[in-house]
Amino acid sequence: MRIFLKLCPGLLLLVALLAIGIPELMAKQVGMQGEEKFWERTVRFFLLQDTSVQIVVLGSTLIGISCGLIGSYVVTRKLSLFGDTLSHAVLPGIAIGFLWAESKDNIALMVGATGAGFLGVSCLTFLQKCTHVRQDSALGIVLSGFYAVGICLLTRIQKMEFGNQSGLDSFLFGQASALSVEDLWGIGCTLFIISLFILTAHKKLLITGFDLSFSRSIGIRADSLQYVLWLLLAFCIITSLQAIGVILASALLIIPAVTASLLVKRMNAYLLISATLGAFAGLGGSFFSFLGQGMPTGPLIVLVSAGIFIFVLCLRPTDGLLIKWFFSRKNTLRIHREDTLKAVYQILESHDFQHQTINTQALMSKRGIDIVKCEIEIQQLINAGLATTEPRSPKLSIPGQSILSLTPMGWEYACKIVRNHRLWELYLTNEAKYAPDHVHDDAEKIEHVLGDDTIRQLEHILSNPRKDPHGKLIPSLTDMEMGNIESSPSS
Amino acid sequence: MNSLPYPIQVHDLTVSYQRKPVLYGVDLEIEAGSLVGVIGPNGAGKSTLIKTIMNMVRPNGGFVKILGKSPKAGTKHIGYVPQRESVDWEFPVTVMDVVLMGRYGHLGWFGRISKADKKMAHECLEKVDMLSYANRQIGNLSGGQQQRVFLARALAQESSIYLMDEPFVGVDAVTEKTIVSILKSMQQSGKTLVIVHHDLATAKNYFDHLLLLNMRKIAYGPTPKVFTEELLQKTYGGRLTVFSEMASQAAKQPEIETAKTIGE
Ligand SMILES: Nc1ncnc2c1ncn2[C@@H]1O[C@H](COP(=O)(O)OP(=O)(O)O)[C@@H](O)[C@H]1O
Ligand SMILES: [Mg+2]
Repeated sequence: MRIFLKLCPGLLLLVALLAIGIPELMAKQVGMQGEEKFWERTVRFFLLQDTSVQIVVLGSTLIGISCGLIGSYVVTRKLSLFGDTLSHAVLPGIAIGFLWAESKDNIALMVGATGAGFLGVSCLTFLQKCTHVRQDSALGIVLSGFYAVGICLLTRIQKMEFGNQSGLDSFLFGQASALSVEDLWGIGCTLFIISLFILTAHKKLLITGFDLSFSRSIGIRADSLQYVLWLLLAFCIITSLQAIGVILASALLIIPAVTASLLVKRMNAYLLISATLGAFAGLGGSFFSFLGQGMPTGPLIVLVSAGIFIFVLCLRPTDGLLIKWFFSRKNTLRIHREDTLKAVYQILESHDFQHQTINTQALMSKRGIDIVKCEIEIQQLINAGLATTEPRSPKLSIPGQSILSLTPMGWEYACKIVRNHRLWELYLTNEAKYAPDHVHDDAEKIEHVLGDDTIRQLEHILSNPRKDPHGKLIPSLTDMEMGNIESSPSS
Repeated sequence: MNSLPYPIQVHDLTVSYQRKPVLYGVDLEIEAGSLVGVIGPNGAGKSTLIKTIMNMVRPNGGFVKILGKSPKAGTKHIGYVPQRESVDWEFPVTVMDVVLMGRYGHLGWFGRISKADKKMAHECLEKVDMLSYANRQIGNLSGGQQQRVFLARALAQESSIYLMDEPFVGVDAVTEKTIVSILKSMQQSGKTLVIVHHDLATAKNYFDHLLLLNMRKIAYGPTPKVFTEELLQKTYGGRLTVFSEMASQAAKQPEIETAKTIGE
């Protein structure tokens, strides 16, 4: 949960960004005039000033919660495509309900949708039980077949005399502003039943989802549970159709739940986050739709939830894409720093530690990099408090012509890196029997990742060696004071 | 001892999938407190036997009795450890959640997990040396660690009979030793254990009874008696060609129904 709280400000920011971007676009489209109206409408939406707004806000939030909850089970049980099929399968039912009532009568539409949904599931079950058609193919067949029938019927309806003002296309893409009070009751009841079901059967749902055969072995009726889940899924989809539409209904089931799966490792938290994100998405979608004066709600809901998904994907703790990029960059910088330090050490060593400073020119040629890069690396050492520079002569300060000396901390760090490198080389030649000319490249990489524990182990295995395979000194803890190393090359 | 019902009794059991017989006329009586290894080649029907005893596959003929009761009533006395592949490892549960599932059989619809249940789960995790992983997501474990968690869940069930399907697959040598010693201590406390195993080399040391299975029961008895060259040859060498041909013939007769896999 703490994770989520941390993300909250970010989410708000994202919503705000969308809020600035989309209305601009829509304002032009529907001929609204400028900022004033946009803010007026925003205020109207969030102050819940009239009943129609209240219905929209309440309805879309509750739908979001229902879909988030059921969606958690849909996603963890790999039923995503099933949800999509079910939502498309109810379309012919809605059309038939309309033909039957000859108007947009909610009850008729509900009955039609439920009937069609069941027919769809029956077809699916038949295809799976009685043929060798694979499950995903069966889902594809039922989805497209039912949808095709639905579209044909809808087209016919629109050609009929009572069809013109039918508003049935709001069932295709969703129109939250068309939600009625009766719709709200349906939505509320569905949410209530879903919550009740999850509360009572939470443990059984958990265990049947994770390990079906084990759950059967302890006497859980996994099949009944599955059917109830399907039933609730169907109700959830049917009651949310008015707001989100047939085509995109499954998005609200899937996206918030998948987003939750990026964040948590336990089902309780998963449900909570998924429901919250669902509510956010529902509310956000209907808000933008309200601003846009009749933009279909479905796509906007999907955009909001997808936006949240991308946001979480990039910024989630420990392995978000941006976070990872940040850490890998930090790591690269560290490696560069360590390589520079090592180069400084080697230059000092090549003069038998007679001097305590080097000039930038020497470092450039040792590292094989140009002056610009070299300056950057030196600057980074200075920033990290590992080195200091002064101009070569007080009068002229030309780039690449300065004197560099390590601070005590920098010196210690450099010794440590060189020590890591040489210990590893020695380990490879002595213990892993590498030839001495094969070990350098490997040590170049390993030196940056050897932890203190590993070093201690290596010291132990190699019994505190003094010289590396090339006969060079392995600077030890006691050598790390300048004086010691200065006197040691002769020994 | 003999007056008590057998923990597991299988009589003339025949099971087939889509008319292809997998088990044929298997008789088996397992005595309380035995540690039984079920061995046989791939596709011999070992998993099928376990699933039939667990009432997950319906037999075409014969019956299974658990503690003298029908499988339907009896399976709740059995701790079942499925094959590792049968589980969704991506599922959002932690190691602790999984072990607590072992306690679910003792809870009702509104049953809450009590402190005692949690303590028990704790102890079971400790026994398999996985306590430090209690809050890990189950998918982040290695194969051997997952198998240990399964074992901890079985321990938490406190059953008197255990059926385990290939608990040693994908497990390193150390874990295998741990599991075996836990199995032996379970046996010592009076449990009956039936373990599907595919490694002949170790079977001899792990189990005190062996069931050699290849479509038919080849032999069942104390390990020293059953673990003989001849019987093993019969189990692994040359498929029982004549026999399986006859069985297939018989299966084509209409009176032998196809086994229905329950709920699959
Ligand atoms: N659900 C199933 N449907 C059809 N055939 C199956 C099914 N399960 C197993 N079989 C077949 O039954 C035979 C025995 O399988 P199984 O009991 O899993 O063998 P084992 O566990 O001994 O390797 C195999 O030939 C397998 O192909
Ligand atoms: Mg098997």
